[in-house]
Amino acid sequence: MSLTRTLLAGAALTAFGAGAALADPALIYDLGGKFDKSFNEAGYMGAQRWTEETGGTYRELEMQSEAQREQALRRLAESGSNPIVMVGFAFGDVLNSVAADYPDTRFAIIDMVVEQPNVQSIVFTEEEGSYLAGVMAGMASESGTAGFIGGMEIPLIQKFQCGFAQGFKAAQPEGTVLVNYTGNTPAAWNDPVRGGELARAQISQGADVIYAAAGGTGIGVLQAAADENILSIGVDSNQNHLHPGQVLTSMVKRVDNAVYEAFSAGTELEPGVRVMNLEAGGVDVAIDEANAELVTDEMQAAVDEARAGIVSGEIQVHDFMTDNSCPAS
Amino acid sequence: MEKMPKWADVILTPLISLVLAMAISALVILAIGESPLEALSVMVEGALGSSYGWGFTLYYATNFIFTGLAVAVAYHASLFNIGGEGQAAMGGLGVALALLYLPLPHWGLALPVAMLAAALFGAAWAFIPAILQAKRGSHIVITTIMFNFIAAAALNYILVSLLRPVGSMDPASARFPAETNLPSLSEILASVGILWGRNTPANVTFLVAVLACILVWLLIWRTRLGFEIRALGRSERGAIYAGISPVRITVIAMLISGGLAGMMAINNVMGEAGRLVLNAVEGAGFIGIAVALMGRNHPFGIFLAALLFGFLYQGGGELALWTSIPRELIVVIQALVILFTGALDNMVRMPLERLFLAARRSRGGA
Repeated sequence: MSLTRTLLAGAALTAFGAGAALADPALIYDLGGKFDKSFNEAGYMGAQRWTEETGGTYRELEMQSEAQREQALRRLAESGSNPIVMVGFAFGDVLNSVAADYPDTRFAIIDMVVEQPNVQSIVFTEEEGSYLAGVMAGMASESGTAGFIGGMEIPLIQKFQCGFAQGFKAAQPEGTVLVNYTGNTPAAWNDPVRGGELARAQISQGADVIYAAAGGTGIGVLQAAADENILSIGVDSNQNHLHPGQVLTSMVKRVDNAVYEAFSAGTELEPGVRVMNLEAGGVDVAIDEANAELVTDEMQAAVDEARAGIVSGEIQVHDFMTDNSCPAS
Repeated sequence: MEKMPKWADVILTPLISLVLAMAISALVILAIGESPLEALSVMVEGALGSSYGWGFTLYYATNFIFTGLAVAVAYHASLFNIGGEGQAAMGGLGVALALLYLPLPHWGLALPVAMLAAALFGAAWAFIPAILQAKRGSHIVITTIMFNFIAAAALNYILVSLLRPVGSMDPASARFPAETNLPSLSEILASVGILWGRNTPANVTFLVAVLACILVWLLIWRTRLGFEIRALGRSERGAIYAGISPVRITVIAMLISGGLAGMMAINNVMGEAGRLVLNAVEGAGFIGIAVALMGRNHPFGIFLAALLFGFLYQGGGELALWTSIPRELIVVIQALVILFTGALDNMVRMPLERLFLAARRSRGGA
C-alpha cells in the first residue's frame, strides 16, 4: 500500500517537477490540434494575446484520444491550474463529472453548456453571424444560388447552415442554397482537396457564393472559388486576406476573445452561461480592406439593418439546436 | 529445418526491430532539439511508472487485443480483414442500443448482453464483405476498407439524427444507465484492499480480452474448425480436396473476426465512455493490423504486441501532454515502430537467420 503511494507520489513529482507556478491558467485544445487554422487556433491566439499583454504563463494541452479528456482535466486541476479553459463541445460530458471533484478550480468550456457551480459555459450564436453572411451572399449572388460546405453533419455545423440559409432567403426569397458536407470522419475537418471538389460541384450547379464552415477544409473551398472567379465566405477567423477581393466576408467567431477574457478573469471567472452573440461581439461578419470593394453601400446598409434587427429582437434567427430543424433550406 | 530457434524468431527479432525504431526516433527527437533520454523517461514513467499509467496502458492494450485477434483469425484463413475499424464502430452501436433500450438491472447481466450485441453487430458488418468474397470473389481488402467508411457514415447519421438527445450539441448518445457501468480494475482491486490506478479507464474488459486470447488459441490450434481455417489459409485447393468448403470457412472466419473486432466496444464504449460518441474507435482497428503482424498472429504474441502499443499510446500521450514535443512526432514514433516491426521485419530477420545458420555450421564443423 505504502509502496503504491510512493510510486504515485513519485510519478506526480516527475510529471509536475518542471511544472507551472500555482494558479496559472490552462488551455486544452480538442482533437483537431492547436494549429488547425480555425477553431483551436483562435483559442491559441487569444491565449497568446493574454501572454503578451500580461506577461503571464499558461499551460496548454492537445488531446490525442477520447480517453485522455478526463485524464487531462484531472491532472491540470490537481496540478493547480486555474482557470482551465477547454475548446470544444466534446469536453462537456467529462467536465460535467470532473468539475464537482475540484470545487476550488474554475473551468470554462466553449460551445457547450455544463451546469456546474464552478463552470463558465461560453456559447456563440453562430446562427446570427451566419445570418449576416447569408444576407451578404444574397445581395452579392447574381444567379440566386449560394453554396454551403460543412465539415461533418453535426448539430454545430447545421446551426451555421441554418443561419446562413435564413439570411440568404431574407435577401433572395426565391433563391436556393446548395448544401454539402465533406465527410463522416474527423478527416473531414482537414481535407482541402475534397473541399475544392465540392466547391467546383456546387459552382457547376450555379452557385456563385460559397460559405465554408469546415475548418481546414475551407481553405480548399476558398481556393477553388478564387480559381473559378466566384465569391466565397470564410469562417471562424478572418480569412478575407487569403484571396483579397474574392472572399466576400468571413463569419468570425471570437473564440480568441472568449479565451482571452477567461484568462483575464483568472480565478474570479464567473460561473454560468455566457452567450457571445452579435450584440456582445462574439460573432460578426468581417469587413476590412481585403473585401472593402466587394461590399457595396447597399449591402452594408442591409447588413446594418439586419444586425440592428437581430440585436433588437425584431429579427428572430432560428437556432437549429432548439428543435433540430430549419425553417429555411 | 528451422533456420533459427523459436525464441529468436518470436522474441529477438521484434526486440531488435524495436531497438532500431527507437534509435531512429531518438535521432528525430534530437533533430528537433529535444532530449531523447528525457522523452523516453517521460514515456516509460507515464505509461509504466505508476499504477495510474498502467491503468491507461492496459485500457489501450485491451482495445488492441480485440482488434489484433480479429485480424489474426481472418489471417489464418488468408483473409486480410482491414475492416476492424468499421466492425468495432458497429459493435459500439450494438452495445449502445442494447444498453439504452433493454432493461438491464446489473452490470453482471449487462456485460454478457452487451458482449453478444457487440459481437453480433461486428459480425454482421463483416458478413457482407465475407459473402461477397466467398461467392463473388470481391477482394476482401477492398470491401472491408470501404465498409469502414460506410460504418462511419451510418454512425454519423444515427448519432446525429436518432440517438442524440434533443438540444445536445454533442453528436453522442445519451449516457447508459448507471447500473450498467462496468467495474474498473481499480474498483475490483480496491475491494480486496489494493490501491491501484484510481481514475483510469482500465476495466473488467481487460480480463475478457485475456480470456478471448485463450479462446482464440483453442479455436485455431485445438478445434476442427480452427484446423479447417488454417487449411484453407495454407491452400485453398488442398482444403477443397480435403472436403472443406471455402465458402463456409471464409464466412465463418470473417464472422468470428468481425465479432472479435466488435467486442472491442465493450471496452471503449461501455467501459470507458459510458455512451456512444462519434469516432469512438479512434484507429484501434488499424492498430490491430500492426499488432497482429507483430504478434505473428499468435494470441500470446498479440497480447504482448498489444501491451507494447498500449505503452506507445499512453507514453506517447504523456509525451504530448507534458513535454513540448509536438504530438505529430508521437505519430512518427508509432509509425517507425510499425514500419520496423511490421513492414521491415525481414530486414532484421534475414541477417539474423544467416547469423544463426553460420553459428550452427561452425559448431557442426567443429
